[in-house]
Amino acid sequence: MLPNELDDLYKDVILDHYRSPRNTKRLEDAHVKAHGLNPFCGDEVDLQLLLNGDGTIKEVGFQGRGCSISQASASMLTEELKSKTLEEAEALRKLFRRMMQGEKLTDAELEFLGSLEVLEGVRKFPVRIKCALLAFSTLEDGITEYKRKKRS
Amino acid sequence: MFDPKDIRKDFPILSRTVHGKPLVYLDNAATSQKPRQVIQTLVDCYELYNANVHRGVHTISVEATERMEEARRKVSRFINAPSTEGVIFVRNTTEAVNLVANSWAMDNVGQGDEIVVSEVEHHSNLVPWQKVAHQKGATLKLLPATEDGRVDLSFLESIITQHTKLVSVVHISNMTGAINPVKEIGRRAHQVGALFMVDGAQSVPHMPIDVCNLDCDFLAFSGHKMLAPPGIGVLFGKVSILEKMEPFLRGGEMVREVWYDHATWNDLPNKFEAGTPNFTDAVALGAAVDYLDGLGMDAVRQHEIDITTYALKAFAELEELDVIGPKEAQDRGGLVTFTAGDIHPHDLGTFLDSEGVAIRTGHHCVMPYHRKLGLVATGRASFYVYNTNEEIDTLIQALKKALAYFAHAS
Ligand SMILES: Cc1ncc(COP(=O)(O)O)c(C=O)c1O
Repeated sequence: MLPNELDDLYKDVILDHYRSPRNTKRLEDAHVKAHGLNPFCGDEVDLQLLLNGDGTIKEVGFQGRGCSISQASASMLTEELKSKTLEEAEALRKLFRRMMQGEKLTDAELEFLGSLEVLEGVRKFPVRIKCALLAFSTLEDGITEYKRKKRS
Repeated sequence: MFDPKDIRKDFPILSRTVHGKPLVYLDNAATSQKPRQVIQTLVDCYELYNANVHRGVHTISVEATERMEEARRKVSRFINAPSTEGVIFVRNTTEAVNLVANSWAMDNVGQGDEIVVSEVEHHSNLVPWQKVAHQKGATLKLLPATEDGRVDLSFLESIITQHTKLVSVVHISNMTGAINPVKEIGRRAHQVGALFMVDGAQSVPHMPIDVCNLDCDFLAFSGHKMLAPPGIGVLFGKVSILEKMEPFLRGGEMVREVWYDHATWNDLPNKFEAGTPNFTDAVALGAAVDYLDGLGMDAVRQHEIDITTYALKAFAELEELDVIGPKEAQDRGGLVTFTAGDIHPHDLGTFLDSEGVAIRTGHHCVMPYHRKLGLVATGRASFYVYNTNEEIDTLIQALKKALAYFAHAS
């Protein structure tokens, strides 16, 4: 392995989010809530979204335990979600997954991903991709559950 | 006493590189590497006498059957089983535990009865008993562990009671590394009339095991952790108990006579080996046993005490590292589980991998005890016959580099 591949994985921003995760306050009255667990490694992410009257995301909360990649990606995701609609959150999740699967994204798509683009280096470490995806699959579960409840 | 450096040449994989660095394989508690002798045995099986066993009168079927039964005799001798009838080939430790849970416990454990395991069990010696307890209205009780991760004998009398039907305990914990006082636990189990099972997944490959001396009713272990291929393991059981048990899986091979509406069972051990057995891997397990016998299990154990002593000393010099489990190598198997300050084990594992060093990171299938210690995951370096002190040095150098890397990055 080239030393700079490790540096691609452990970028300063990523380690910074790991050490000082953002938006960790639990939102008790959140509309969207989900608990995510990676059964293979035990990493955990709890995610809450509080919505505005117009359906956009007002506040995001996350708590978790796990490796730097799982926790930093969750922390970064919370920052990107604010003021997006749930549809946009879904689009962001899908885009992130495509990046992790190695697809080349357009400039517009990269712009939409925002700061999450720095996680691209994880792709070179296939066993760590699931770490980066944990917060995103938790988001997916939360939104699915929220929509199901709303329908019934 | 063998020199690990001399036997490394028997293990082809040990000469490969990972990310341009020589492989330092320290994940032996997960699975061991295989010597040429075992690999060649597999090749011979397929090239020379591949046929279904117990079925044909033709020459190669007879030869294949004889090779498999020869392997069974070797395994019997290896654990000092009184007869080959109590040595059942299964896929792995997990299947062995499930066999006992289904064929013995489901018929002998009832409402209000107790099953006892320890706090430090691998999921495979916990989850099957949960099902029995739920389904039968029995209670699953836990033997607490001491601070250094050994079963705490002071709880034996209060936890193992007249209601206890079965006690099943891990011999060497794959997480804390502690060697449990299984003889004492077994004595207490028998005192109250309970059966006693030992999870030998981490002990049978690493130390001399004598089932008569242990006086266990069942012993489970996996071939893949003792130089043999995955997919072959062993359940040893006392014949008097196995004879009274119902079969686990039903179908061909395990029957004596079959009518349209019922069947009678074959003799032991075939009663518990339904369908075409994994005879090639069984034969390879026989070859692995030959290899270990050649080294001598006392010598294998001594080598692991030596290398673990060396490793524990080196770990103690790095103050960021916290080692879990007993302090003395005598009290533990050849593995060291640790945390490295605020560096998450996965991050550490990825870093070490970039240095060619393979360790296990995660919960090692011991989630409840990790949770109890307030941990999500740990790192684990585990050793076998071919590991050297120089490899421990490489591990320590890589750990130092990792500590510096993540400290610098902050
Ligand atoms: C103590 C212990 N018990 C049981 C097992 C399960 O073994 P297997 O996965 O081969 O069934 C293992 C290994 O993974 C183990 O270390």
